[in-house]
Amino acid sequence: MSTTTTNTTLRPETLKGIAALTKRFPQPEGALLTSLRIAEREVGFINAHVCEQVAGAIGMPPAKVWGMVSFYTTFRKETDGKNVVWVCATLPCALRGAEGVYDYLSKKLGVNKDETTPDNLFTLKKAECLGSCGTAPCMQVNDDYYEGLTFEKIDEILADLKAGKSPARHVTQ
Amino acid sequence: MPEFEPVLSKYFREPNAWTLAHYRSRGGYYGYETARKAISSMEPKAIIEDVKKSNLRGRGGAGFPAGMKWSFLPENGKPRYLAVNADESEPGTFKDREIMAKDPHGLIEAMMIACWAIQCKHAYIFIRGEFVREAKRMQAAIDECYREGILGDDVLGLGKFKLDITVITGAGAYICGEETGLLSAAEGQRAYPKIKPPFPAVEGYFRQPTIINNVETIACVLHIVARGWEWFKKIGPESGPGPKLFCISGHVKKPGLYEAPLGTTLRQLIYDYAGGPIGEIKGIIPGGSSMPIMTVDQIDTPADFDSIRAAGSFLGSAGLIVFNKDTCIVNALLNLARFYHHESCGQCTPCREGLGWLEKLCHRLEFGHGKEGDVDLMNEVSVMIKGRTICFLADSLIMPVQSYIQKFREEFEYHIKHKRCMTGTKAGEFAQVEELAGAGR
Repeated sequence: MSTTTTNTTLRPETLKGIAALTKRFPQPEGALLTSLRIAEREVGFINAHVCEQVAGAIGMPPAKVWGMVSFYTTFRKETDGKNVVWVCATLPCALRGAEGVYDYLSKKLGVNKDETTPDNLFTLKKAECLGSCGTAPCMQVNDDYYEGLTFEKIDEILADLKAGKSPARHVTQ
Repeated sequence: MPEFEPVLSKYFREPNAWTLAHYRSRGGYYGYETARKAISSMEPKAIIEDVKKSNLRGRGGAGFPAGMKWSFLPENGKPRYLAVNADESEPGTFKDREIMAKDPHGLIEAMMIACWAIQCKHAYIFIRGEFVREAKRMQAAIDECYREGILGDDVLGLGKFKLDITVITGAGAYICGEETGLLSAAEGQRAYPKIKPPFPAVEGYFRQPTIINNVETIACVLHIVARGWEWFKKIGPESGPGPKLFCISGHVKKPGLYEAPLGTTLRQLIYDYAGGPIGEIKGIIPGGSSMPIMTVDQIDTPADFDSIRAAGSFLGSAGLIVFNKDTCIVNALLNLARFYHHESCGQCTPCREGLGWLEKLCHRLEFGHGKEGDVDLMNEVSVMIKGRTICFLADSLIMPVQSYIQKFREEFEYHIKHKRCMTGTKAGEFAQVEELAGAGR
């Protein structure tokens, strides 16, 4: 668990934005997935409190929103580190050495699957097919894809992220 | 390589191909000129007829004739919706993301023509959550279109119709790619597939008539309308023609995305396009990981809907995955069993429990705990699952299970008898070939 407390209250204009977004759908619930993404961007993760506010803005039961969130895998959790590293582990990547990539990252970061480094910088996860089979092995860190991975590339990406820089030259453009 | 001019991927490699400025600078029928012509001078029904005559078949996996799907819309005055399926998640498939990232305006123009044809005023594009780059490019392109009066209350200023396009991003669930699962997700629910009928064309998005097409299917519409259905029908076999984006992955020297006519043989795709196999080929999955595996003696099969079907598999999403001889087939199946079990939405018992059972069986075989009769048990479990669920997800594992066992049974038996892989790889691992490191560039 994170030791610092984060403010999970959404800004009033965000809630207004969500309410406006519902007009783009035949029924307000259509805006839920997109609204959760907006809320996730602002707070950094989705928890019960965030769900409650989004539910209120759309006008649907909070339990339904929470039930939906728990179905999907990529919403950021409160316990996730600053950088969430998703290593693709599905067959086309596996054929091209994804396990080696995962093991290398696990060793280098000193964490296992779904664990976060003590400095809260990295959370390591295994992803199901990221749709990058032609450029395997690959991983996604936060929003960005890194493809055609080699150990050297991984070293450089991690070093940049640790230094708080964007490893832009390795990001798929 | 046969003479063929790529159309879908023609501009993929050009810098800033995703901007409106680039799209307009291409000249010819690009730059929203085809949409302008179609909307101002063609009757909606005439476009549907043209798409029907082109024999365009769905590029998402099922290969259903697109024009026929469009003509299922009832004439009941209800609002109609177009949902473009960009939840590309089938292992081995990576084509739609390139269309969205490199040619979003081509896709938007094709969507406009499709919406005019089916008389839809609001189209949604459902992009899987991982594709952040793709969603940003699509949104940026849509914003450009609104600014320029291409989309909105008066499309292209022609005074003909109103069209809005909205991006919806998913959040990591394979089942969103199933058309009714996609609708559930877009309705703000868990991505539970729905029982058909009613089919979405009759009762879809929020119970209104809805057409759901794959990104690549829609992208083809632009070229069909611009160049004519006769042109399209001449590319490849008449029963399912057209240019096709083939995704080639696994043990090949140059994996990647290649555009070729449907009907190009698997051999041509693997050798001429993807640089040949790394090592000796053991098996080829022709259409994404859920399709039955083909063996090396079938390599001269043309990659088109009907030929692959006649050879006992399906073209699916045209994601070719090549296995070489060092690949342990049991481990490959374990990987897929884990995937499909993980992605089961949990609604139907045969899928929720059965896929887990199959994963356990694969796991114990792979790790040397297999028992006599396990292979038959896997077959029996498969029969109990197949065709007994709401959607196609469970069958997507059953096809690999049955075909891998049928074609490579001796490897499964070897695992039971010798407690290790026939290929000599460590349990749970694939052979690592020197050439693989960083070869994905």
